[in-house]
Amino acid sequence: MTRHRIGFGLLASALVALASPAHAVTEIQWWHALTGANNDVVVKLAEEFNAAQSDYKVVPSYKGSYPDTMNAGIAAFRANNAPHILQVFEVGTATMMAATGAVKPVYKLMQETGEKFDPNAYLPAITGYYSTAKGDMLSFPFNSSSMVMWINKDALKKADIAEIPKTWPEVFAAAKKLHAAGFASCGFSTAWVTWANLEQLSSWHNLPLATKANGLDGFDTELKFNGPVQIKHLETLIELQKDKTYDYSGRTNNAEGRFTSGECPIFLTSSGFFGNVRANAKFDWTNAPMPYYPDVTGAPQNSIIGGASLWVMGGKKPDEYKGVAKFLAFLSETDRQVAIHKASGYLPITKAAYAKAKELGFYKDAPYLETPLLELTNKEPTENSRGLRLGNMVQLRDVWSEEIESALAGKKTAKEALDTAVQRGNQMLRQFERTAAR
Amino acid sequence: MEKQSVFQSRLLPYLLLVPQLAVVLIFFYWPAFQAVWQSFLLQDAFGLSTTFVAFENYAELLSQPEYLNAILRTFAFSAAIAGSSLSAALLLAVMADKPLRGGAIYRTLLIWPYAVAPAVAGVLWLFMLHPALGVFSRGLRAMGIDWNPLLNGNQAVALIVLAAAWKQISYNFLFFLAGLQAIPKSVMEAAAIDGARPMRRFWTVTFPLLMPTVFFLIVINIVYAFFDTFGIIDAMTGGGPAKATETLVYKVYLDGLLGSNLGSSAAQSVILMFIVIGLTAIQFRYVERKVTY
Repeated sequence: MTRHRIGFGLLASALVALASPAHAVTEIQWWHALTGANNDVVVKLAEEFNAAQSDYKVVPSYKGSYPDTMNAGIAAFRANNAPHILQVFEVGTATMMAATGAVKPVYKLMQETGEKFDPNAYLPAITGYYSTAKGDMLSFPFNSSSMVMWINKDALKKADIAEIPKTWPEVFAAAKKLHAAGFASCGFSTAWVTWANLEQLSSWHNLPLATKANGLDGFDTELKFNGPVQIKHLETLIELQKDKTYDYSGRTNNAEGRFTSGECPIFLTSSGFFGNVRANAKFDWTNAPMPYYPDVTGAPQNSIIGGASLWVMGGKKPDEYKGVAKFLAFLSETDRQVAIHKASGYLPITKAAYAKAKELGFYKDAPYLETPLLELTNKEPTENSRGLRLGNMVQLRDVWSEEIESALAGKKTAKEALDTAVQRGNQMLRQFERTAAR
Repeated sequence: MEKQSVFQSRLLPYLLLVPQLAVVLIFFYWPAFQAVWQSFLLQDAFGLSTTFVAFENYAELLSQPEYLNAILRTFAFSAAIAGSSLSAALLLAVMADKPLRGGAIYRTLLIWPYAVAPAVAGVLWLFMLHPALGVFSRGLRAMGIDWNPLLNGNQAVALIVLAAAWKQISYNFLFFLAGLQAIPKSVMEAAAIDGARPMRRFWTVTFPLLMPTVFFLIVINIVYAFFDTFGIIDAMTGGGPAKATETLVYKVYLDGLLGSNLGSSAAQSVILMFIVIGLTAIQFRYVERKVTY
């Protein structure tokens, strides 16, 4: 190696060193689980952000269903290449929260990077689900929904039902009429069987699903949903299942088509079902708040959210965090929130965006877009209706579904089923507590 | 003449074996060892806190009546799937073995389902028999059968067995056909001359000569029913209703991937591994004696 060569090499590396800080774009990886029209929303948001500034580039990638995306994020973290932003569905919140060190709480991120962030700008009914007991925001709510009752108005006409039912007894009566009027295979139904008949039902009636504010105040929470109201509700469902006045539609939302096809005229599922209904229902439809039992004091209380939030993963470089913080601030802008709300049917997360949507007369033409917001903000949330934070929630739901299925199939009474669901669920919660508490 | 290769150098045979051994070590022994190690640990999903708990995961599993039920259920499933698939395939193979016009077409058509991926097979059958979307479900309801595999465990089991057996028929058919065609014609003709009727010829001549094929297929089918039905179950029932279709392999997935309970899931895969090793060993030790090659 001659001296000449060395000199040349030094010169070259100096040039490279000079060139790189001049314009390096920092990439922000964003893993998500949204498909179809909602995937377009994600892609468009990333494009807009990348066009608005030149230091950071957000790269969204679709990773499959909600559980798949969460597992991909966990596996990537174990292999030391987690994305910067991971979209996790609401029931994964406890698992993410327990992973101290694997995630960077949003409030801390905003403090450290000094980005504009006002926790009070957000709708508490939504951010409460993703915040600590002290109100510190842990993850950023991205796509939130709630559960509503979808109504086939033409079917109600056919069965001579003048009013959209408001209470559960009215729903049961309407379903019987519909059943007699030709909807023999399904008077009414519910998607997400546990979300509808345990989680939302409890919150809507201000009843605890579990102790410690449904787990928000600690992992040493115990399930409490085997109370008289939930038992009575399930007993009625068992009774109505016999002649299909109520007909079970499974644990997830894969039977939502029963509403749009006209088979089930009354159907409880997520407000995020809106896009599908708009595209596929060939009848006059609307939605209404979830029904309630008028003899329960304080009902209706408020509903809890579904959907997903964005978690910032731990162990990244300060510069990358700066980009993530800028992106979250960008997502919080009022006009952007209004646009997301309009395009996807998911809820606006800031008070300003909700006010602006009202101002623009959104809900005059489309009152069904406001139903979940009215449910969420119906009353100031209580210990029983701030949200849920139970470990291994995906599996918990499976266990509860199994028991409800046994009851609906006539193998167990409602009380036996819910007692067993509570007992089996508590075992799982203790197991989670053991791994999470350390 | 004796068949024996003579290597000049000591090293060469080992060198030639290295790639094969490396593959087996990297893709089988290493993951298996990892699973065994993981089964002694209690760990959160992110691997942030790990405790060595020795056999606690195993003890917990074996104390759960649900787990023992899953074992029994899996055995029942494999018996049903292997039994129905083998008998259907044997019947079809015997039919296709006859000199038929266009026999090649039948044979090709019968082999086709083997090319269908398990999850796709599951979705296909689901579209036919889903209580809300299914084409056949309407027919069944019209006949007055309350068809609802979403709630009725027995119907869900029937659905899975049907789809899983259907998919395996092709494979079994191929081997049975090959086995049948290897049976010497002279033996059959001799039996026919002695006046044995077709049924009797089949049970006294053909079937015993087919035994090696039958035995091989029983082993393959049981392993298939244990492991490869995962995609079908996942696409069709997700283990429901109320655990009616939750087999061991599906439970490993549910607890490990969806429940992030890696310790228990690993312990289950170790148990599963031993069950299958045990089953295969028993078959080779006891069943094989009855087979004359």
